[in-house]
Amino acid sequence: MNWFLALMNTVAVNTASAAGKSFMPPVGTEIASDVDNLYSFLLWTSFLGCVILIGGMIFFAVKYKRRTDNDKTPYISHNMALEFLWSFIPLVLFLVVFAWGWKVYHDMRVMPENAFEIHVQAKQWQWDFMYKSGKVSTNDFFVPVGIPVKLVMASEDVLHSFYIPSMRIKQDVVPGRYTTLWFKADKTGDYQIFCTEYCGAAHSAMLAKMHVVPAPDFEKWLQENEEGLTLAQKGEKLYNSKGCIACHSTDGSVKVGPSWKGLWGSTGHTMANGKSVTVDENYIRESILNPNADIVKGFSAGLMPAQQGLLTEDQLTALIEYIKTLK
Amino acid sequence: MGNTHASGDNYINHEKGLWSWLTTIDHKRIGLMYMIVILFFFLCGGIAAMLIRLELFASGPLFDGNTYNQILTYHGAIMVFMVIVPGIPAILGNFFLPIHIGAKDVAFPKLNLASWYVFMAGAILAISTLFTTKIDTGWTFYTPYSIKTGTAVVTMVMAAFIMGMSSILTGLNFIVTVHKLRAPGMTMGRIPLFVWAVYSTAILQVLATPVLGITLLLLAMERTLGVGIFDPARGGDPVLFQHFFWFYSHPAVYIMILPAMGIVSEIIAAFSRKTIFGYTAIAYSSLGIAAVSFFVWGHHMFVSGQSEIAGIVFSFLTMLVGVPTAIKMFNWLATMYRGSISFESPMLFAMGFLFLFAIGGVTGIMLATVGLDVHFHDTYFVVAHFHYVMVGGTLMALTGGLYYWFPKMFGKMFNEFWARISFVLIFIGFNVTFFPQFVLGAMGMPRRYADYVPAYESLNKISSIGAWTIGVGFLVALYVIIEGLMSKRIAPANPWGAKTLEWQVQSPPTHHNFEVEPVVTAGPYEYR
Ligand code: HEC
Ligand SMILES: [Cu+2]
Ligand SMILES: [Cu+2]
Repeated sequence: MNWFLALMNTVAVNTASAAGKSFMPPVGTEIASDVDNLYSFLLWTSFLGCVILIGGMIFFAVKYKRRTDNDKTPYISHNMALEFLWSFIPLVLFLVVFAWGWKVYHDMRVMPENAFEIHVQAKQWQWDFMYKSGKVSTNDFFVPVGIPVKLVMASEDVLHSFYIPSMRIKQDVVPGRYTTLWFKADKTGDYQIFCTEYCGAAHSAMLAKMHVVPAPDFEKWLQENEEGLTLAQKGEKLYNSKGCIACHSTDGSVKVGPSWKGLWGSTGHTMANGKSVTVDENYIRESILNPNADIVKGFSAGLMPAQQGLLTEDQLTALIEYIKTLK
Repeated sequence: MGNTHASGDNYINHEKGLWSWLTTIDHKRIGLMYMIVILFFFLCGGIAAMLIRLELFASGPLFDGNTYNQILTYHGAIMVFMVIVPGIPAILGNFFLPIHIGAKDVAFPKLNLASWYVFMAGAILAISTLFTTKIDTGWTFYTPYSIKTGTAVVTMVMAAFIMGMSSILTGLNFIVTVHKLRAPGMTMGRIPLFVWAVYSTAILQVLATPVLGITLLLLAMERTLGVGIFDPARGGDPVLFQHFFWFYSHPAVYIMILPAMGIVSEIIAAFSRKTIFGYTAIAYSSLGIAAVSFFVWGHHMFVSGQSEIAGIVFSFLTMLVGVPTAIKMFNWLATMYRGSISFESPMLFAMGFLFLFAIGGVTGIMLATVGLDVHFHDTYFVVAHFHYVMVGGTLMALTGGLYYWFPKMFGKMFNEFWARISFVLIFIGFNVTFFPQFVLGAMGMPRRYADYVPAYESLNKISSIGAWTIGVGFLVALYVIIEGLMSKRIAPANPWGAKTLEWQVQSPPTHHNFEVEPVVTAGPYEYR
């Protein structure tokens, strides 16, 4: 598989430089160049395909133009060899680009460990960016250069989609669950963010700017005018004020409900029905909003009050951040 | 058979008066009734398209966001549900499918008339929303926006539901007709490829449309009764809606394009005066496309939040649909090889189809490539791609088909010069409109945007100018049709020298199509 990709890449790099940038936005990350290579390979094969089809059509049209009204035409009903060729060659080509597309997609979807996390909250019609430090900024945010960044995204109302053309990355933001995407910005600069899922009157105005800056500048920005609490500290306050403390401990002791200690990231987390789950954002989200969907082994249903409609998206995010700190 | 006696009895003068039309069960008259209303809806959808391009001509707002979204929704909904989906089967399929197989009518003539009324009921309901709160969801009705918006979603989805019923009934009628009413000697291996195409489409209509119906009904229930199926605030799943919706709407893409491919097969064989190459391959690839098209819906959802595995599987299956489509393209080319080709306007439109569909096809493969689609999804690249397929494909074929069969349908010849002018305007206008949109998409311009960042302005200007050129082109085509109807140029029975059955009867056909039941002894394209 690897030699194949290497081969494809050399083909593509050569064609890519010939084709210029093919109008794609400036490349902001490594994956973007992978996407562009794939794109230029497809552009060239497509161009060739169109030359054969359209060129063939025009050539035949000229060559076999009707001469007299009584022209005789041959009776050719089929030709096995030809038909095999023009089914088989496209098939092989399609499978090649499929595999290549798969590889690129896989790189986009596998979240790197230890990525810098930012929570994104979408609503009609703005983007809020929440950092673990407690910093919140709207429609305008900073990320450090050269460090993988992971966005954990939620929506308060309808579907939105987070799109950074220069990173060639896009992900729908779906109300009722978290979706994620990641990228590693290789160059400092300002990048355009679009909302690409139709969301109503001001859809086309739901824009944001991303500033990629060197790590020290980023740290400075992060600390700026920071008065409040970190996200996790906000979560701890909610843990008390929302009454979770009555049933959940943070030190491993079992109360009415399971302890939160060591909960985050555990993989063989067993449910009452025998199924085992991996504890991630979406699992915790479900457990809080709709606890009876999955009952933890050893506990019974109906005890934990469902929080659907009682917690805002921000509060949920803060609580989850708090749970993450309870190693 | 075969004599032209234009003054004699035919299906148009067989009975007289508006009432005789509104109560007719003659498949040819019903086809014409569809033609009149669908052309009217096409005009409505076209006006919306012109307004969209007016807004996008320059950056900066012309309409406010809500108005723009409504215009865009009506453009999409009218063009899809009221023009392109019903278009070819309801107009040309109704008129020619029975004649093609040597039948007097469809299997259930009264049901056929009922389908027209059902369609009209749905269409009127859809148009009625224009006079209430309108609709702004886009033609896709994605939840939860469609649950939250204050516009007339329930009326509109009921309208689409009703038009879907009509589509199912028409499909059923065609399937039974093809199986039961073929003339003696008209084996399945001798039916014209247009019939194969409409037949495959009919299967899709019958199998896929109910899913759309149920989905839209669930959406209406959610809005009126508050059942929580798609709205996360009520414990529903908005992505589930997308699965349901595309489970219909991907096959619907083939409901829209297969009949167009049928027309192109007819025209290319007739104007090349040559046997179609690979009859069996074309026929079976229609069925193959119909079958596989049920399993590729997830390619609309690569970034919707569906799992990585799902994205990969759907990408793979979509590549497979590409193969039968490629086969068809090569078959048409091979049909032209060593033919005796003439270039009257129907052939120009068929060649225009090949040209545009080739581009639509290869860009489809790009979009099916999952890693690349992440960048292109919901940008103008997608808009350009599906217009190349739907307009460059289906509407080019429909227009070409209307010209091709015009002499048969009305017994008159249209003005060839103006017909060619309409082709030139539409073809050039089309490329000027939509080719720049591929570039805009690659540059990252999202779709359904009422306004855009300045970098996109110049290409949008070009695109708008192209759109108005297409508009003029279609107006010229309308003129050709009306002028042809009024003219005194009597059409012969077989102006193009084609071999299928409809050309062996008089123009326009008599009420019963055939005075004596035809006995078929050869295939549809015996040009030797
Ligand atoms: C009345 C007691 C009670 C209260 C109050 C309560 N919970 Fe629970 N919680 C439970 C029980 C019992 C379970 C285990 C059963 C289940 O899975 O639903 C549980 C399970 C959970 C889980 C899943 C834990 C695991 O090990 O998988 C999370 C997360 C959680 N609760 C969060 C919260 C939060 C946040 C609050 C405060 C807003 C809260 N709970 C308030 C009783 C409670
Ligand atoms: Cu949006
Ligand atoms: Cu599709």
